[in-house]
Amino acid sequence: MAQPLLKIVPATKPAAPAEEPLYEVLKKIYPRAVHGWFAAWRWALVWATQLVFYGLAWLEWGERQAVLFDIVHRKFYILGLVFWPQDVIYLTVLLIVSALALFLFTAVAGRLWCGYACPQTVYTEIFLWVERRIEGDRAARMKLDQGPVTKARLLRKTAKHAVWIAIALWTGFTFVGYVTPIRELWGEVLALSTGPWETFWILFYGFATHGNAGFMREQVCVYMCPYARFQSAMFDRDTLMITYDSARGEPRGRRSKNADAGSLGLGDCVDCGICVQVCPTGIDIRDGLQYECIGCAACIDACDQVMAKVGYPKGLIRYSTAHALENRLTRAQMFARAFRPRVLVYTAILGAIVVATAASLWLRVPLKVDVIRDRAAIAREVGDDQIENVYRLQIMNTTERPRVYEIGVSGLEDIHIDGNLRFEVEGATGRMVPLKVRVHVEREHVRPGTYPIEFRVSAVGVPGETVREKSVFIMR
Amino acid sequence: MSEFSSGFWDLYIAVVSVVSIVACAVFLKLQSARRVSTGSIETTGHTWDEDLGEYNNPLPRWWMWLFYITIAFSLAYLALYPGLGSYQGLWQWSQVKQLEEETARADKRFGPIYEKFARQDVAELAKSREALAIGQKLFLNTCAGCHASDGGGSRGFPNLTDRDWLWGGEPAAIKATIAEGRTGVMPPFGPVLGEQGAKDVAHYVLSLSGAAADSIRVARGKDLFAENCAACHGAEAKGNPALGAPDLSDKIWLHGSGEAAIVETITKGRTNQMPAHKELLSEAKIQLLTAYVYSLSAPPR
Repeated sequence: MAQPLLKIVPATKPAAPAEEPLYEVLKKIYPRAVHGWFAAWRWALVWATQLVFYGLAWLEWGERQAVLFDIVHRKFYILGLVFWPQDVIYLTVLLIVSALALFLFTAVAGRLWCGYACPQTVYTEIFLWVERRIEGDRAARMKLDQGPVTKARLLRKTAKHAVWIAIALWTGFTFVGYVTPIRELWGEVLALSTGPWETFWILFYGFATHGNAGFMREQVCVYMCPYARFQSAMFDRDTLMITYDSARGEPRGRRSKNADAGSLGLGDCVDCGICVQVCPTGIDIRDGLQYECIGCAACIDACDQVMAKVGYPKGLIRYSTAHALENRLTRAQMFARAFRPRVLVYTAILGAIVVATAASLWLRVPLKVDVIRDRAAIAREVGDDQIENVYRLQIMNTTERPRVYEIGVSGLEDIHIDGNLRFEVEGATGRMVPLKVRVHVEREHVRPGTYPIEFRVSAVGVPGETVREKSVFIMR
Repeated sequence: MSEFSSGFWDLYIAVVSVVSIVACAVFLKLQSARRVSTGSIETTGHTWDEDLGEYNNPLPRWWMWLFYITIAFSLAYLALYPGLGSYQGLWQWSQVKQLEEETARADKRFGPIYEKFARQDVAELAKSREALAIGQKLFLNTCAGCHASDGGGSRGFPNLTDRDWLWGGEPAAIKATIAEGRTGVMPPFGPVLGEQGAKDVAHYVLSLSGAAADSIRVARGKDLFAENCAACHGAEAKGNPALGAPDLSDKIWLHGSGEAAIVETITKGRTNQMPAHKELLSEAKIQLLTAYVYSLSAPPR
């Protein structure tokens, strides 16, 4: 890297000569309401994510909840699929897919996740909406906070917190509803008979929602979230990010409506400060890209509206790239550069993993078998001409219906199982089956050693539900 | 460990722990109380990507508070739990005590489930699918290590699925075997019989189960058997369940068939032990295991 991509710009500090504490004094941010194209996108994602989160828990699938993470019984139900602890690979894949998707989105358009989909952003957006309904917009809220403590103020604050707490508790309740069946949990909540852990998690998750979305807000992004700090590693010179076109905007300055900016020597920025007022993290985007910027594009919407009002072209603040700004690329040229090797490689890897996972889920056999050879009894002589080995088969029926399984063994001449071949296993349970496997041999011709064999377990009457497991047979 | 070391090390660990924690607290306090003049910007002096520096600012306050909470937690932990040398802590917690409490709780919870089995007759239990399912799980956990998962045993460990019993196959005898354990001793007869004598007896024993044997040795062995072996194994060699002496007239060989194995048994003797389980398993569990083992060779029809 010849040039640092991101200049970390210090937040403006008052130039007082006096000593000051090392801690920054927490400044409450009053983001101003914003409307527009990107705000609509943010709300669309709020609705999309929250409909899924609050709604999915209530969906039924047959006799049970459609999505339930039954930690007590170690079974994860997702629609028609049941995941056992042995399926942890799918969790790994999910995490890999999430990470790669994050890399891809960030390489293309910066902190899309932060700005639009992160729960911290989404709940802050919801809580801010409530706050605005009750206390008014930025100016009204600032006035309320600076004014005297009046009855009206107390009433508004109480109302706001009541709504916030209600939303937070419902969020906590929904969260626990993915672990405990939500309909039963609702009954327990109404009867005030939730268990200690359920109670704790409802309250704790509710408390965290209330605290993070109501009070911590941008503090979480600025101080707690590690993602903010390593974004620069995933940005390159063609990454779309929210930028202020300083070449066009500077020198900024106020002007009368009919004044000619050119003759005044001013750029397009009218220095109205609305971009700062709408910023949920309280930064000034005109100082360049900063690690506090969550990429929510509120300043784009705000600035576009101001530009329209004063009759200048839109896009003084816009999604652009370092490359495009420097070389004055057209939009088409800029978007064409999105298809660069880095993005294509991320897309290819991500696509391959998603396709492979989908195929693996599609071909998944809902039956698991473990073969455990008896360790104490190595080989037994039975009668004059048979050698016997003992195995335990752990047969796990991962469907939700009872199944009858038939067991077969192969790999040696005349190998067979002595005793029962069919076993019934209840739905979503496992069963341990001891098996005696025998081989006919002339005692004089036994050649000591281990021989590979294979067990075959198949569900009776269900084609395709077959599992083969390798083991060994010991002759002596 | 304390028998091997002096009390000094207990003290050493306690002092090092407490001093470290207190020093951390003091260090935190000093660091967070620092003030700097605004004009100069102090950096850590590290530079990345040519000009990317890092302010030498303290941690955010919430982060500092987490450290203070950690310190308070560790002091409370060391006061309540054993951690400072040999100091046992105010709560007198120990792993053994925790295990005992958990066992007591489990007994209280599962006791009633087992209780109904403890009072039932073994022959009745052996017909109950539920009892046998629990019995099988107990067997796989406790007994299968020696007797194999199917109860078929292996060399030196008796087969429990046939009708040949060393110590008797009645429910009471099986239960006594599980609860009290058994020690089967066959004394060495090498010094008494000599090499040839042992071989003669072995051939006689082989002939009892119809195996091929040298007829001259069989004739000689028969007398030796009557003198030396019949006391335990019986004149007919049918064994004696009171002593755990095996039946030598069948084709079941606990320590291996064939001349060589039998000669070794006669010459060197055998000592075989089934450990007692009454200390490890509750009465009801032993009852269930008895029923399961009983059912292996006497399947209810």
